[in-house]
Amino acid sequence: MELIQLHLPALIVVLPLVTGLLTALLGRGGRGWWISLGATGAVLAATLQLLAQVVYQGPQTVTYLMGNWPMPYGIGYVVDPLNAAVMATVALIGFVVTLYAGRSMAPEISPDRARYFWAVWQFCLVGLLGITITGDAFNFYVLLEISSLSTYTLIAMGHGRDRRALTAAIHYLVLGTIGACCYLVGIAYLYMVTGSLNFADIHARLADIYATWATDAPVYKKTIIAGFAFIMVGLSLKLALFPLHVWQPNAYTYAPAAVSALLAGTATKVGAYGMIRIVYSVMGTDFAFTFLRSDILLAACALMAILVGSLQAIKQTNAKKLLAYSSVGQIGYIALGIAANNVAGLQAAVIHIFNHALTKGAMFMALGCVLYRTGGVRLEHLRGLGRKMPLTCAAFLVGGMGLIGVPLTSGFVSKWYLVQSALERQWLAPAGVVLVGSILALVYVGRCAEAMYFGQRPENSPEVREAPLSMLVPTLLLAAASLYFGIDSGTTSRVSEAAAKFLLGVAP
Amino acid sequence: MTMRLVLDYYNYWVCIILMMVGFYGVMAKTNLVKKAIALGLFQTGILVFYITIGKVEGGTGPVTISGAPADAVYSNPLPHALMLTAIVVGVSTLAVAMALAVKIREKYGTIDDHDIHRLEHEMPD
Repeated sequence: MELIQLHLPALIVVLPLVTGLLTALLGRGGRGWWISLGATGAVLAATLQLLAQVVYQGPQTVTYLMGNWPMPYGIGYVVDPLNAAVMATVALIGFVVTLYAGRSMAPEISPDRARYFWAVWQFCLVGLLGITITGDAFNFYVLLEISSLSTYTLIAMGHGRDRRALTAAIHYLVLGTIGACCYLVGIAYLYMVTGSLNFADIHARLADIYATWATDAPVYKKTIIAGFAFIMVGLSLKLALFPLHVWQPNAYTYAPAAVSALLAGTATKVGAYGMIRIVYSVMGTDFAFTFLRSDILLAACALMAILVGSLQAIKQTNAKKLLAYSSVGQIGYIALGIAANNVAGLQAAVIHIFNHALTKGAMFMALGCVLYRTGGVRLEHLRGLGRKMPLTCAAFLVGGMGLIGVPLTSGFVSKWYLVQSALERQWLAPAGVVLVGSILALVYVGRCAEAMYFGQRPENSPEVREAPLSMLVPTLLLAAASLYFGIDSGTTSRVSEAAAKFLLGVAP
Repeated sequence: MTMRLVLDYYNYWVCIILMMVGFYGVMAKTNLVKKAIALGLFQTGILVFYITIGKVEGGTGPVTISGAPADAVYSNPLPHALMLTAIVVGVSTLAVAMALAVKIREKYGTIDDHDIHRLEHEMPD
């Protein structure tokens, strides 16, 4: 037991890697699902324990040295309140969606391919969890590529239902690879000037370099600026931040139902985490925001994301694409929180990473239920489902209210912090845009709700009934969690406060 | 002056040219296989970049042998090790891209981005 405790940070990444390989070899029949469920469940338990440790019990960081090589020479896994929160989010969504995917993937992926699906599924989680936990810049890149390559494959597996999944996957592959390469070039620049790949070590060495900039002999100014720019562009692509979001709508729309729910809840969130990590604990906000003023650019992209994403969502007739564009907008909220550079803003970003994962996960899963029963997710497929599939529609609606930010849903909590942080910076227009975004969300969620509750089932459409329990229960679970964390915001506030204060170096 | 800028930094020029040729290919080519090849060029540019920054002026290969002078200067071997991993990543990416191209050829009958776009335009949402 003590041994497991000691190696917990490494096990989070190593366990799904091993079980993923086992699944590819042995996971015939239904076994792949059982192995994945066991692995994600164990990972969830491990991340929750780490979260409790760093937020509630202290000390605030847990360090794990790979092969016992001391940092900065070896790769170290460093758990602090920020990445513990993001890891718990990824693991929670991973577990619940795995529960759901057992049934939902059946009509989408042929049984003889199922074990490969489950193997890649676990590799995707390996990548995402690894990105979050690692304290090494190059290890971050490798895990980024592991998660991206698995993501391309998972998206492409939607081709059984719609061949556009293939083109969505290859377009994402091209852009995702360019993004990862940009990150790699940026790291090369930082490595040139610091000679280190460890995040904490780079940060310490950069501080010495920044100190020379106030003197007559500033060094490495251009190199560091170029490196930072490359890294930010690379991460923005992973994050699907406007205007680098073009890969995202089609990828979410044509991926298998469970894959959309997994990606919407985890992949872009991990990108957001990467951005917070680079800006706050590697480059430092004094350089990134005060000196370079990149907070203005980031905030501008965020606001455009909110407006453009929401407006595009309103125009869509495919409900999955509607949600995908809505995600572009919601990512804007997270990016705005990052740009605000104060405790409330970071809290908003961290809380929204969690809350949006819950709401969007629940909504994509509800649409997966609709897809399972009606065979399509265009708005006409949703018509009149309010009476036929009441629980699925209720879950969708709860998620939708979270997107709008109705009080007593989790979305309200994050928007509350976000508006607070914008006002603290005296950003009146951004605060206004956040509210406009809510109204736009009301319109697009309203379009789906109207079809569900006031529409009539199309003439001579086959009879539909409520989704199977094995899909319904996970969907309702996430929807209920989104309600719970809206009413009792104590836990999320506490965790996000610990993360924000840790990053900004404020005493808790 | 200009001549020196070119000659002194020719490694960097090679890397920039490779990356930009690749980037142009990714953007301008409509054939998906050509896009994937261009992506490979782009990545190769980065490999050259890393290898270049590992070179220490006057440095020799990072292998210690008996009888080497105590003040011998060695090049940095770490970027080489990193790039071995990056090569593996690049090959995997190319493999996934090719697998997707084969599937696209099966399903669409073409691997030209324009034709695919036209075919998709006719499909409902």
